[in-house]
Formats: sequence, C-alpha cells, structure tokens
Amino acid sequence: MDKTLPSLTEAVSGIPDGASVMIGGFGGSGSPIELIHALIDRFHATGHPTGLTVINNNAGNGHVGLAALIEAGMVAKLICSFPRSADPVVFTELYLAGKIELELVPQGTLAERIRAGGAGIPAFYTPTSYGTDLAQGKPVEVFEGRPYVQERWLKADFALIKAQVGDRFGNLTYRAAARNFSPLMATAAKVTIAQVSVIGEIDPEAVITPGIFVQAVVQVENPKQEETLNRQKAAYPC
Amino acid sequence: MLKLSNAQIAWRAAQDIADGAYVNLGIGFPEMVAKFQPPGREAIFHTENGILNFGESPEPGEEDWDLINAGKKAVTLKPGASFFHHADSFAMVRGGHLDVAILGAYQVSESGDLANWSTGPKGVPAVGGAMDLVHGAKRVAVITEHVTKDGKPKLLDRCTLPLTGVACVTRVYTSHAVIDIAGRFILREKLAGVSLEELQNMTGAKLHLDGPVLDLNVPEV
Repeated sequence: MDKTLPSLTEAVSGIPDGASVMIGGFGGSGSPIELIHALIDRFHATGHPTGLTVINNNAGNGHVGLAALIEAGMVAKLICSFPRSADPVVFTELYLAGKIELELVPQGTLAERIRAGGAGIPAFYTPTSYGTDLAQGKPVEVFEGRPYVQERWLKADFALIKAQVGDRFGNLTYRAAARNFSPLMATAAKVTIAQVSVIGEIDPEAVITPGIFVQAVVQVENPKQEETLNRQKAAYPC
Repeated sequence: MLKLSNAQIAWRAAQDIADGAYVNLGIGFPEMVAKFQPPGREAIFHTENGILNFGESPEPGEEDWDLINAGKKAVTLKPGASFFHHADSFAMVRGGHLDVAILGAYQVSESGDLANWSTGPKGVPAVGGAMDLVHGAKRVAVITEHVTKDGKPKLLDRCTLPLTGVACVTRVYTSHAVIDIAGRFILREKLAGVSLEELQNMTGAKLHLDGPVLDLNVPEV
C-alpha cells in the first residue's frame, strides 16, 4: 500500500464540478493553502472544477487560500460558522451581491455534524441554538427537562487537509492547534487528500488520524501560512 | 458619570474565578479577564480552536501561526497545555466540563437570555462559537457596560436583538454593578457613588434585592 502521490496537481485532479469539499483549518491555522492553490491552477488551466460547495469554519482572509478559491468564482455555496476575518472583502462582496450561498452553522454544531457524518450517525440533538434564529424549522425534543435541537450529519465528496507528518498508509500527525477540524473532516469525506510537511514513519502511539480515513498524501515541505502571506499583501495567483 | 473601565470590569470578574477552574473567555473584551487572575490562583484557559492552558501573546516576530486562539491571535503555551480537535473542544463546552464561560453582550434579559452575536439582518451574519459557549459551562457570566453608547439599557426584561441562547446567563458584571440572574435581576454589588434609584433608571427591568448590596470596590488597574 502506498497512498503518497508525487504532485499537488495529481492530488486535486479528480475533483469534479459541483463537488462538496471540506477544507481543514481555523482561519489560517491548518489551512491547506498549497492544495487550494493547486485546485485554482487547475481551474485556470481547464475551467474546472466550478460550482463547489465548500465546508470550512471561515470564508477566507485576504486574497490567498480559501479567499482566492472564492475570488476565482469556483465556489457556489459555503457552509461555515464565521464568514468574517481581518480582510473578508472577497466573500463579503459576493455574498452581498447574491452570488454565493451561505449556510451559517454554530461552530460546535459544525464540528459535531462533521463528526456525525464520519461516524455514520445521521442526526443528533444539541442544546446549541435552541430558541434562536438558527434553530428555525428544526425538530426540538426535551431530554431530562431541557430542550435540544436536532441537527443532521454533514458529509462531503472530498476533504483537503493539512497535516505535519504522513506515512504511506495515510496515518497523520498534526502541528500545534492546526489540527482543529481536519481529523473530523478526514472521517466525513469519501476522498481525503492530505498535504504533509514530512513523509516518514510515525510511532503508532502518536497517530492522530489513522490511515483508513485518508486516501492520498502529498508532500509540501515548507507550507505557507495564510497570516504571513496576508501580511505580505499576497494575492493568488499573481 | 462615575463608572468602571473595561479593565476594571474584567478585574472584578476575575476575582470570582476559583483556583483550578477551567475557563473560556469570549473573543475581545472578555480576553482581558486572564490578566487579572488573583495571585496564587491557577485557572486553565480553554480556546475553542483546540488548546487548553494557553498563555499570553508572544513577542512580535515570535508568532507561530499554528498556535492561535479563537480570536486568531498568536498565543503561547503554559506547562501542562494540550491540543485537541474541534469535536473534543466543543465536547468540553457542551458537555459541562468548563467551570466558567465569560462572554460579552449586546443585551441580557432578566430571564438570562443573551444576545451577543448579531445586531440584525444587515451585512454578513457570523456566529462562530457564541451559541455553543452559552451551554454547558457551570457558570455563564457576562461582562458589559451597563448601558449602550447612547445611554440605552443593555439589561432588559426581554432582549430585542437576535438571541444567542435562552436562559443561560447566571451573573452579569457591568460598569456599575454585579447582578445575579435567577429568573429576575438580583443586585449584589453596586458602585458606592451610584444610588439604587440611579442604577434602576439605567436598567430595563426591575432590580431585586435579596440580602445585602455590597459596595463594588475595584482598584485602579
């Protein structure tokens, strides 16, 4: 078994128009910038993929990574908890112009919906959002005297995530707080593609994401950080 | 008019955090509470993106952008810190494992409803972890100015802005008072220079008395 791939181009080549794509990261921390940029490159070369539904905590910052993907016009719908950032101009303009759809989900509910999707649990009840606008139309049940809102699982065709070390079996470790949504997304996507800083052996005690959840591993030796790029006023692809 | 600064409100809230407490501080103003832990007490701070026991910001130039808090600011780690993914992080929140959450507010009602995520339908809506954080912590406290910038009450009989959570807030630390919520506002402390009548006039629901009202004494910080 060898899940490693030689290039980013190959890693993102199978994502079709209209696919649902989970993208790891909380803001820039854990954002798989190089995988996203490879997808933008493919779009500029071939016109595909387009009409994507993207699942991420945020809506991108500045003009790199997720913001650049949205700016390229490849995203039809965003499912996220917090579509604001230091520089959210790309998403904000498209949203206010009615050119991108937004499904707003509380952050913990977003995480749990993804976890449920990966765990084969179609629905669950949470206290979060009870009595608020975001609970409208959702079933409510009382457990032990308290009301809870029913939420549904969230699955996707692909997950693009960033990890620290990966091996040929797809086992992954993460760096610091960069793991955030990625271990959950890896379980909830049909095809999980991980960019890793290092391809090498991992102590079984240290594995965070077991390889069964990962279909492809591609090495990006010194991954860029969204925050650093934004401080340099970078824009992708120029 | 006499009132506490934001730092002083944060100082007062910090005095109620016990040694060994697990604490989540909301983004922005509530983050200030961490600075005012009383000497000899060690609280463990939780950030939703996946760290327990993070510390202050690093020196400029020393930032590690994989090591940030929920406000996306660079932080450092304290001894005994841990990392975890988002489902574990929100299990800590909703599962009742945090002792205290301290949050900001646009409005709080006498039944403990909180509005702190949206000022209405304009612009891009964003909720983040606000609706999760109001559930699960053993105490959910709010720190806030007593009135809005144009002098309108923020403590009301009913919130008029979109709700973050229903019947979730148990204590409010304001620029003028400390108020418990148990189906009604119960005044615990007020600034000595503010009369009960003045305070009532700044409050959008009845202030109840249940035992002594202490002076709200806060040092210059």
